[in-house]
Amino acid sequence: MNQWLLVGLIVISTTVGDLLQSLEMKRHGEIDALTPRGMAAQLNAIARRPLLLWAIGCMAVSFFAFMLLLSIADLSFAVPATAASYVVETLLAKLILKEHVDSFRWAGTVLVAAGVAILAV
Amino acid sequence: MMRGLPVKTQILTLIVILSNVLGNLALSLGMKSQAAAAAVPAYLVYVRAFLNPLVIAGVTLLTVWMLSRMALMSWADLSYVLPVTSLGYVLTAAMGKFFLAESISGRRWIGTFLIVAGTLLVSFTVPKTQRQPV
Repeated sequence: MNQWLLVGLIVISTTVGDLLQSLEMKRHGEIDALTPRGMAAQLNAIARRPLLLWAIGCMAVSFFAFMLLLSIADLSFAVPATAASYVVETLLAKLILKEHVDSFRWAGTVLVAAGVAILAV
Repeated sequence: MMRGLPVKTQILTLIVILSNVLGNLALSLGMKSQAAAAAVPAYLVYVRAFLNPLVIAGVTLLTVWMLSRMALMSWADLSYVLPVTSLGYVLTAAMGKFFLAESISGRRWIGTFLIVAGTLLVSFTVPKTQRQPV
């Protein structure tokens, strides 16, 4: 399989997974329980969040695709190439999660995009 | 970046970075030894892969990485975690060069350092910008 195809699959599944995770964790509210009992209660509440299961599924797809990518591509290619997910995630955080992305964050994102682009050309 | 921090934070930071870099290295070594099997159906590749000790070590280390990173984030600022762990990108490239005999072109180094620079920039921003629940 083409290595960029796998990078694409990893980026998409990572992005969707993180997006769903962020959405559900914000609906859940801040986690501030630090005792074991409190953490167990929090985990229990989180486990009942429907979108979170989809998020975990996406992370699994992303990891298995990463394993496959490592079997055909250099490690020093695979790790930076999959950083493209930062760029897609920042865009979607703005568009879907309505997060405020200031100019520093955009600049950082552009640098990451440039780094990935240099690997691609 | 590490000086003046509690010992607990320093140790956990080291664990986060090392488990990420070594986990990737072990996974890469393990999966590369499987590469000959690439012609068989994908599910068989995975079955075989999970019997490989290096793949098991890689998956274990990456699990440690995820959990230690979550723990570190629970008390350290994201703006500390982000840049300090982006060191992993550079160390991973070095691992590829020294242990996997990958030839890293100038372009690949530039790409890697641009990504680290991008992460550093993001770390200058305020982590939480949103107050209303979605």
